[in-house]
Amino acid sequence: MSLSVAIRHRLGALSLDVAFEAPDGVTALFGRSGAGKTSVVNAVAGLLRTDGGRIVLNGRVLRDGGAGTDVPIHMRNVGYVFQDARLFPHLTVRLNLLYGAASDRHLGRICDLLGLGDLLSRRPRSLSGGEAQRVAIGRALLSEPELLVMDEPLAALDVARKEEILPYLERLRDEAGLPILYVSHSVEEVARLATTLVLMEDGRVVRAGPAAALFADPALAPIFGPRTAGALFSGRIAAQHEDGLTEVAVSGGSLFLPETLGAPGDPLRVRIEAQDIMLALTRPERVSALNILPAEVTHLHTGQGPGVMVQLRAGDDLLLARITRRSAEALALAPGTACFAVLKSVAVARGAVGRG
Amino acid sequence: MGWLGAEEWAAVALSLKVAVWATILSLPPGIAVALALARGRFWGRGALNVIVHLPLVMPPVVVGYLLLLTFSPVAPVGQALASLGIVFAFRWTGAALAAAVMGFPLMVRAIRLAIEAVDPRLEQAAATLGASRLRVFATVTLPLILPGVLAGAVLAFAKAMGEFGATITFVSNIPGETRTMPSAIYAFLQQPSGDGAAVRLVLVSIGVATAALIASEALARSMARRVSG
Repeated sequence: MSLSVAIRHRLGALSLDVAFEAPDGVTALFGRSGAGKTSVVNAVAGLLRTDGGRIVLNGRVLRDGGAGTDVPIHMRNVGYVFQDARLFPHLTVRLNLLYGAASDRHLGRICDLLGLGDLLSRRPRSLSGGEAQRVAIGRALLSEPELLVMDEPLAALDVARKEEILPYLERLRDEAGLPILYVSHSVEEVARLATTLVLMEDGRVVRAGPAAALFADPALAPIFGPRTAGALFSGRIAAQHEDGLTEVAVSGGSLFLPETLGAPGDPLRVRIEAQDIMLALTRPERVSALNILPAEVTHLHTGQGPGVMVQLRAGDDLLLARITRRSAEALALAPGTACFAVLKSVAVARGAVGRG
Repeated sequence: MGWLGAEEWAAVALSLKVAVWATILSLPPGIAVALALARGRFWGRGALNVIVHLPLVMPPVVVGYLLLLTFSPVAPVGQALASLGIVFAFRWTGAALAAAVMGFPLMVRAIRLAIEAVDPRLEQAAATLGASRLRVFATVTLPLILPGVLAGAVLAFAKAMGEFGATITFVSNIPGETRTMPSAIYAFLQQPSGDGAAVRLVLVSIGVATAALIASEALARSMARRVSG
């Protein structure tokens, strides 16, 4: 199962020239507003007829500018979840859900997955933003698409509603077994959900690849933003402690995080912001920070400001630390330097911890 | 309705028949033309808009005369239709045609406004769920514009009930065949003893118009509630 996109399109001041492959899992198109992300997914869904290029989904040509192929929207079998839920106002939730479904065979399963059971007889107008968006996701899934496209599905929601929906999206990624093309300009969302990342700027792809590798690349930190850049750790819950901390086993040791729901053995992914990591050449003693991981410097990236982005290897995981150039010089950090990465448990926000 | 004379009752019944047929038969073309004007991007759209609206601004007698020129038994179109068994001139069917033509712009305007108020992004969403254009229209667009369609139908019906100038010019004022309520009122007013009958028909006119308005308001409200959830 895969999607292959190579399109060219002129749209006002923006000239779109994009090529990437989206394998199974969540492929996130990440970039600033106006980078052309929505145009790309609209082209995939057939809402935008590109000037040229080729879009192939599971071997089926959806658009081929050269051959003049342009499969109409309703024949593409691409589900679309819009930023505004776009539920049909004259239909109940149940009828909205079943609009594109061949039968109500899967209705129960989708309602369980998205927690929609109690909403079925309601009207769209009476739903909260988060509920409406979950119904929109269910409606798209019930049309049994080959690919699910989501255009900033959480952008219109407040933080609490986002946190309400993100776990459903993680389950979707891990259980629904269908590729998802996910547009977002939020580092938090992308870090939680993406398995593959496509970084876009001004209508072009800057980099594309596995999410963990791109998040750990110090040269890409400016794209994620110096304050929000940070690598992804993957681990498993080792124990839930009585003082409200969750112990997570990672390849380089163990981390103590603020309480995270889950049973021992459950996989987690944790984004640790580069600015929250402190480096020490000797193991610090008598400090309040609970997490001290032995690591080795693998790469230093100096930008224009006073900061340096340091990439480290702790066990099999790569992490990023953002320190000042002055500190890097004082510690004489260079690739190969052995050091300790220090992290305060409380620095890890609840939203930065997701299902692995 | 014992208080209405046979002749008066005939006029009321004929008016209702003419208005119902005029309204029902102009609904499909009314929706089609409103769609074309609201959504279509084709050459001649401006001209279509002008033609549809002409009956609204032309003197009704002119419309009636043009209908007569087109559909009289000696005109080519009238002859062709007559050979198919369809005759309009001096028949109640002609009264219905005249009423339909005069009410058409009102109907199209109301439906067009409703179509322009439909969010095309909902139709896009329906298409991404696998619905063909026809299904999108039947299951999303049409239900959403239903209040507007109803409003247009009521306007057209009211116009048909009151149409006089085009009707009397096109199909004359034949008792039992083309003498609708307005024509009957006009005829009674020409007779020295006709005042009583005229007043009774005027009362019926007011009653029918009021009932139609109240019914349409109630229907439109309930539909608007249903449509907006």
